[in-house]
Amino acid sequence: MKRRTLMHLAAAAVAIAAAAAPALAQDALRIGAVGPKTGPLAGGGAVTFWPNVQLWAADVNARGGINVGGTMRPVEIVEYDDQTNPGETIKAVQRLATEDQVDFILAPYSTGLNLAAAPIFDRFGYPMVTHTATTDKVAELSAQFPNMFFSLGGAQGIATGVVEVLTGLRDRGDIGNRVAMVNVADAFGIELAGAARPQLEAAGFEIVYETSYPLGTQDLSPIMKGAVAATPDAFVAWSYPPDTFALTEQAVIENLAVGAFFTAVGTSFPGYAGRFAAQAEGVLGVGGVHADGAAFQEYAARHEAVTGAKPDFWASAMTYSTFQVLEQAIEGAGTTDRAAVAQYIKDNAFETVIGTLDYDENNNNPAFWTVGQWQGGVFKGVASTGREGAVDVVVKPAWQ
Amino acid sequence: MTATEWRDLGLALVVLVVAAGLPFFGTPYYLTLGVTIAMYAVLATSWALFSGPTHYISLATAAFFGLGTYVTAVGIDHLPYWLLLPIAGVIGAVVAGLVGLATLRLSGVYFVIFTLGLAEFIRQVITWAQNLMGTRGLYVLTDLGEREIYWQLLGLAALVFLGGWLIGRSRLGFALRIIGDDEEVARHSGIDTARAKVMLFMVPGAVASITGAIIAPRYVYIEPALAFAPILSFTVVIMALLGGTGRLWGPLVGVIPFTFLTEWVARWFPNQSTLVMGLAFLVIVFLLPKGFVGLIDGARARARGAFA
Repeated sequence: MKRRTLMHLAAAAVAIAAAAAPALAQDALRIGAVGPKTGPLAGGGAVTFWPNVQLWAADVNARGGINVGGTMRPVEIVEYDDQTNPGETIKAVQRLATEDQVDFILAPYSTGLNLAAAPIFDRFGYPMVTHTATTDKVAELSAQFPNMFFSLGGAQGIATGVVEVLTGLRDRGDIGNRVAMVNVADAFGIELAGAARPQLEAAGFEIVYETSYPLGTQDLSPIMKGAVAATPDAFVAWSYPPDTFALTEQAVIENLAVGAFFTAVGTSFPGYAGRFAAQAEGVLGVGGVHADGAAFQEYAARHEAVTGAKPDFWASAMTYSTFQVLEQAIEGAGTTDRAAVAQYIKDNAFETVIGTLDYDENNNNPAFWTVGQWQGGVFKGVASTGREGAVDVVVKPAWQ
Repeated sequence: MTATEWRDLGLALVVLVVAAGLPFFGTPYYLTLGVTIAMYAVLATSWALFSGPTHYISLATAAFFGLGTYVTAVGIDHLPYWLLLPIAGVIGAVVAGLVGLATLRLSGVYFVIFTLGLAEFIRQVITWAQNLMGTRGLYVLTDLGEREIYWQLLGLAALVFLGGWLIGRSRLGFALRIIGDDEEVARHSGIDTARAKVMLFMVPGAVASITGAIIAPRYVYIEPALAFAPILSFTVVIMALLGGTGRLWGPLVGVIPFTFLTEWVARWFPNQSTLVMGLAFLVIVFLLPKGFVGLIDGARARARGAFA
């Protein structure tokens, strides 16, 4: 009796495993996708990464597939959760390469997880078009991993964009010289504060208040009280999504009177305008898109129709654009040969939803959005390193 | 040494040689799993060296592991790589010693909570230091591939097993077994219990730190959130308990099936992996309270009973 039960259990397990295995379409192009579905970055992955994987696959298959040397091949996505753990990312990419033997793999999500996976992409020759890796070490990295491409820009470029926007406002006479700067004491915040400080000083700004707060700080009112007491003309926060929301809330409560209010990651989320409504008007944030462009608007409409959610106004479109680069390179090279596709990406420029993507000799996209601003309920790009469609920055109206 | 001990030593050598050959006959996929197994084998076995006899549940593995990754990340540009591993070991041992002095007089749940907080504490200290210096993630760009990392971990595993075997035969090992059975009795027998515990706690501290230093080139990019992820501490405890801490090879028989189980779940249930792992934990706790070691010893005892 016992043995029979065990047999039944085993049979059931086998049946479940077989049912879970995706049916293999004969001519489908198999594409691997690894990203966080659980762990600390699951939230960001759910807004920026996974919906675009879904949208891209739907778009390609609606067209009948990718044209590989005259044959239309639909795409089939093989996806794994890396639990925001570099060890799991490595295992999952390895599994995709050798067990699933996928034709191509989409770049993972976030800087750390991309770099952990880079040696495996490199070993198997997969082109790796990253969308959410930000680094100032592009030259070293592309020398080590020749098929790795960088799209979103680095800290230096973003800091330069913010200083330019502030300088523009000051030269127009909209704001004075006094800047309050705060940062979250974690990876991104530390590097950007470090990059911005000398640039602000070189541009003639006076940093009247500067402090940092630990990641996960719940109560940011002391920070904002300190900033208010310093009576700055501009407020800059190198913040993560939770503190971006909390700092804005405190600025409203403490009625921080500034002509420029900048918060970093999360400002471009649709949820920011959803949360602050009219208060968001004039708020500056990292990123941006050519929001009035037909390409973005059409993309945003499809994104909402297919995934049920709005894209953010920064990395979402960039993520989708890198998938387009891969798609166009496969069609252009006319083959699934990875080396040929990687070479095609190096040699050509690509028309995507964020505009033309043309990687330089270091596999770097030199033209990226650095600063955007909420204007009339839309987060529009106001500064970039060479993107078209920037609108004029406006002075921040008083909190209502 | 007795004949049985010679036999065990020979057996261990054969296993080591076979394991070292993995890069030559397996696919890269098996090598990746091999690195995972070797890493957890080292961590779980060294964890059990301390926690097995003393019954102190330490959740500090992530703290020492993260410390080690930072030794490599900071030092790689200034010192030869091979020097970094012993440095990581010494730093890990010293920190473990300090922590042990402060906490091993505590017992039970207080010790568990302190060790859990330790990873977060060291992470915050490193973040604070980085905030002062204005640097963020550190890059570890080397030529070390999975094969080299695997062999290093295997070598470390051999050292851990050798060390564990020697400790088991030493006065220190004997003292710890008495402490584990009854600390009062141990103290009355003239054993300096605090000293013995602190000394042994330094072993998993040093080993986890060296492991982190070896793994750092595999992660390429080191930042506090990834280096000090607390899940590592829990995984090590679960693996060691699944195997059983009563014997030196116990954690190993937990690590291997557990790695294949997580791999199977990750592959076939990518959207429900946390749920399925949770169910697996429940099954383990209910069906294998003493781990695989208990199961194997039970079967042996039954077999002996049947033949007697």
